[in-house]
Amino acid sequence: MAATETHKNSEIGKDIIVYVCLLALAGVQFLIAYQNIDIGQKFTRMLTVACIEAGIAVLFFMHLWSEKRAFLIFVIVFTISVLLGMQYGWTDSNRMLVGAPFSKVQ
Amino acid sequence: MSQADLTMEGHSTAPMVGPIFSIPTKKFAMWLFIIADTMTFAACLVAYGFLRNGTPDWPRPFHSITNVAVMTLILLTSSLTMLVGLRAARAGDKARAFRWTMITAVLGIVFALLHIREWLGLINEGMTMFKNPWGTGLFGASFFSITGLHLTHVTCGVVALIAVGVRYKGGRYNADDIEVLGLYWHFVDLVWMFVVPLVYLLNLSH
Repeated sequence: MAATETHKNSEIGKDIIVYVCLLALAGVQFLIAYQNIDIGQKFTRMLTVACIEAGIAVLFFMHLWSEKRAFLIFVIVFTISVLLGMQYGWTDSNRMLVGAPFSKVQ
Repeated sequence: MSQADLTMEGHSTAPMVGPIFSIPTKKFAMWLFIIADTMTFAACLVAYGFLRNGTPDWPRPFHSITNVAVMTLILLTSSLTMLVGLRAARAGDKARAFRWTMITAVLGIVFALLHIREWLGLINEGMTMFKNPWGTGLFGASFFSITGLHLTHVTCGVVALIAVGVRYKGGRYNADDIEVLGLYWHFVDLVWMFVVPLVYLLNLSH
């Protein structure tokens, strides 16, 4: 009974550590927002922190870490491949910003 | 000869093998939903980034981070309370599990109210889906779409928390159901971690 109680407390303790880590990372994002750097650098840094936060949340809050390894690999590979597939539009976004080639035709 | 005939004659092994990833069906279904929903949010955020990158006069209407910081704190805390509820459910402590599930729902409601208050503030400043006083009208459309989609998820989550909590207390649902709902709630929290920097922090006016 006492052993069960100790195990339960240690699990909640682990959850609180993960929670504090996530809060700290969220705080880092807010600090980056006030840094005197260009928007591209801000974007990269914030997105990196967000990815770390998401990874921690998925692995420990959503308990993916304690699932079967095959399932862990399935979720990671499937999600990352589709997310990477969505990035094809960025070159067109840059074209919009520069205004070429349509502005030259006009 | 059909597959059924083959099986009946005993020439085939059992028609079904065990679950592919050895996890309960409900949980697997929730994971598949989460992966699909990740694509939805990712598509919205990538489209937002596309517009943000390609529009020179993108507005920066946010003067303070206080409101969004409090909202973040509330949502992260609600993830922790959800976990405490799940641990209690796993330990068979029904009253405690119900209490923490309801605390999570209340935090979700507070988050939604703060979100709506912020929306009303922006609307009072003249922002609509198609125009705003600061720059391109695309900002309102993308802002309301992304935060609205997230708010819809929070609202659905609150309703589900209350429904599942009550049914769990009544004995119709068990700890597995709380766990499946917890996955959804953590996902809503996870999405917010991307919405905050991209939609709010990159649009601070300073």
